[in-house]
Amino acid sequence: MGVAHLDASRGSRGSRDPVRRLALTDALLAERDARSCALRTLEWLREEAGAGSGLCLMLDPDGRTLRGLAGLGVDGDGVEPMKIELSQSTHPLVVAMESREPVAMEAPGESGRRPPPITPLGPIGYTIVPLSAGARDDRGQVGLLLVAGAEGRSLDEEVLAWAGGRLGVRLAALAYSAARDAEARRRREVEWLQGVIEAVTDPVLLTDAEGRILVANSGAEHLLAAAEEAAEGRRRAVALNNMLFSASLFTDTEDQRPRRRELLLVNPVDGQDLLLELITTPFPLGKGETGLVSVLRDVTDLSRATAEIEENYRKLRTAEAEVRAERDRLDVILNAVLDPVLVTDPGGNIVLMNPPAERLFTVPAPSRDRESERRVRANDAVFTSFATDLYAGRSQRWRKDLTLSDPETGVQIPMEAISAKTVTRPGQETAIVTILHDQSEAAEKALLYDQVKRHSDELEERVREATGELADQNELLRRQALQLEHASAMKSQFLANVSHELRTPLHAIVGYTSVLLEGMAGPLAESQQEKLKRVDSNASHLLAIINDLLDLSRIESGKMPVRIERFPVSEVFDEVRTETESLIQASDLEVHFKALEDLPELATDRQKVKQILINLLSNALKFTPAGEVRIEANFDRTGDQVAISVTDTGVGISHESQQTIFEAFGQSASYFAPSQIGTGLGLSICRRLAKILGGDITLESEPGEGSTFTLVLPRQLEIV
Amino acid sequence: MKRGAPLVLVVDDFAAGRELCAEYLSFRGYEVATATDGAEALNKAFELEPDVILMDLSLPAIDGWEATRRLRSDPRTRAIKIIALTAHALEAERARALEAGCDEVVTKPVIPRELELVVRRQLGRETTPAEDRASERGAR
Repeated sequence: MGVAHLDASRGSRGSRDPVRRLALTDALLAERDARSCALRTLEWLREEAGAGSGLCLMLDPDGRTLRGLAGLGVDGDGVEPMKIELSQSTHPLVVAMESREPVAMEAPGESGRRPPPITPLGPIGYTIVPLSAGARDDRGQVGLLLVAGAEGRSLDEEVLAWAGGRLGVRLAALAYSAARDAEARRRREVEWLQGVIEAVTDPVLLTDAEGRILVANSGAEHLLAAAEEAAEGRRRAVALNNMLFSASLFTDTEDQRPRRRELLLVNPVDGQDLLLELITTPFPLGKGETGLVSVLRDVTDLSRATAEIEENYRKLRTAEAEVRAERDRLDVILNAVLDPVLVTDPGGNIVLMNPPAERLFTVPAPSRDRESERRVRANDAVFTSFATDLYAGRSQRWRKDLTLSDPETGVQIPMEAISAKTVTRPGQETAIVTILHDQSEAAEKALLYDQVKRHSDELEERVREATGELADQNELLRRQALQLEHASAMKSQFLANVSHELRTPLHAIVGYTSVLLEGMAGPLAESQQEKLKRVDSNASHLLAIINDLLDLSRIESGKMPVRIERFPVSEVFDEVRTETESLIQASDLEVHFKALEDLPELATDRQKVKQILINLLSNALKFTPAGEVRIEANFDRTGDQVAISVTDTGVGISHESQQTIFEAFGQSASYFAPSQIGTGLGLSICRRLAKILGGDITLESEPGEGSTFTLVLPRQLEIV
Repeated sequence: MKRGAPLVLVVDDFAAGRELCAEYLSFRGYEVATATDGAEALNKAFELEPDVILMDLSLPAIDGWEATRRLRSDPRTRAIKIIALTAHALEAERARALEAGCDEVVTKPVIPRELELVVRRQLGRETTPAEDRASERGAR
């Protein structure tokens, strides 16, 4: 190819047209990327400046390398791999970068000059147009346009320079905005990253190979960073954490696999231990360096949960063992139960039997006895029918009487079947447990019970009859008691009346006898006096009898009044002696009264004590022909009782008579001399009086040797 | 004293007892009046105003208890000493007599000598009127 000539006629005319130039400017402004801008420019140069082919090279953003950007009329595959380092300072294209003007390169072989570098344009001459960033841009050239003229056309250098300037400015502007966008994107990405790291609740941090912290989220800062003004304890905890953390970082980063290990740190706030899982992943930091991403996960709760799960598992195992033991025990129990027990599933199949049940429902293997097999089948049918009824029913429990037969003997066995459904979940029946109870014995017992009951009923009937009779008798007795009471009252009234009626004439008898003896009717002859004394004596006796009857009546009607007073026994002895003086003198006996020195005073009815003693002494005098009578008083400290005994040396009382002597009208004939017949009331009244005073009278006597009557009285009579 | 000797009114429906008593008291120097039932006893008591009344209790028409109550309720006869003389021996009867207003109760039978001692005690005397008169005669 020859030297390129500038075709001034068309090229310069068209390319210098301001309207054509405006078209390029508009086209460039409309394009958004460098490659399109380069193509537009090359196409414009082909139209306006006679260019045949062209190539655009652009400087990298780092300003170190020129790279192929776009080509027109060239082999497109060769453009993009084009790469020229600016460090090759002698390379013609690198040199051209320093120029501000277009530089023409001759085709190889046309002159002795150094040939232009091989380009996709081929071995032809071309012009290098520096692409300037613009007068106000200090970046200088942003790239190069390599333009070869069309066949036989020369290139208008001025137009080339102008177009190069337009493209340079546009490429510079695009590069600037691209760089700005990249920076903004990078910044946004960093923010996102920070945001993501921060959003992770677990502590996350990036460290370099030496363990220096590059980035950390607040969780990590909480553990590993403390402000200067933080509390001493917190700062120390943080320092300790840093030490522990650094020590546990994996320093070998040969492979890029994440590593994990457990790490124990301290919570800087409360000082509690924190169990953390440390996951470290190496990543390339660039410049051949490796950084580490560390994520710390708090597994304190996790380890607690793990422990709980282990505990639960252990419990489960224990429970399982217990269930097994329970089942074993159940088996033992089932086997020990003498009643047949069966468990059936909802299909009616027998799933479990104890030996007594087996005996009824299975044929023993060795003896294939047809008869017993038939019985077993009959039993099975009976039971199946029962179980079917149970499933049909809604109740949980079921009781029915079944008749089975003993497979061996064929004996009919009345059985009571009690079943219960076992329910695991509501509505889900899992099994039926049935217990059969042999009622043969119960039936016998029932028979026996009936017999016993019949006998018992008969007995009851008899008791009822007897009770009726008793009630009648009671009523009779009650009436009799009322009658007796009435009779007793009548008797008392009668005695009171008799006493009154007898006293009135006796008053006259005693009175007249007395006045005659007093001599009111004149002096009496001695024989008259003697006979009047007999009258008087008998009247006195009659009066004594009347008084006795009255006393008995009083005692029996419970109307005997009691007057308690305090007195020494010796005083009563004196009174008794005075009142019986005439009797004593008449008897010719020696009478001794003897009271203990320290005898306490009696608190009782003085008149009754006196009456008793006079009576006892009178009897003693009456029935003692010779000898003496002793009246002695003693004190029984333990019983707080006073005992007064009247002892004579008289005729004594026979043993038979001793039994009845205290009964009313009970004086035996043998006890009395014919001249001394009394009413027989004296001793009876004495004993009753003694009892009214809370005491008693006892008797010791031997016939012919004498008698001792002892009056025993409580020292102090308590009125109830 | 309006009379020389105390006047005793003996009230008893039983003649033997009444006369024995009256005779003996006269013998001992008392002035004696008698009555055979309660009504007469009241009349004589108001009329004669005796010093002592020996009052039998079981009397026809007005009995001894009633007569005593009436005498005790009248100021003219209230101060008369009344000695009940009765064949009733039970305590209840004695209590009724004392309640009616009798000064003392004496149960029959009683010998006249002892009865006179009771009269004397009620009158506060040491001696019988007969003894008084005898000693007066002796002093003269």
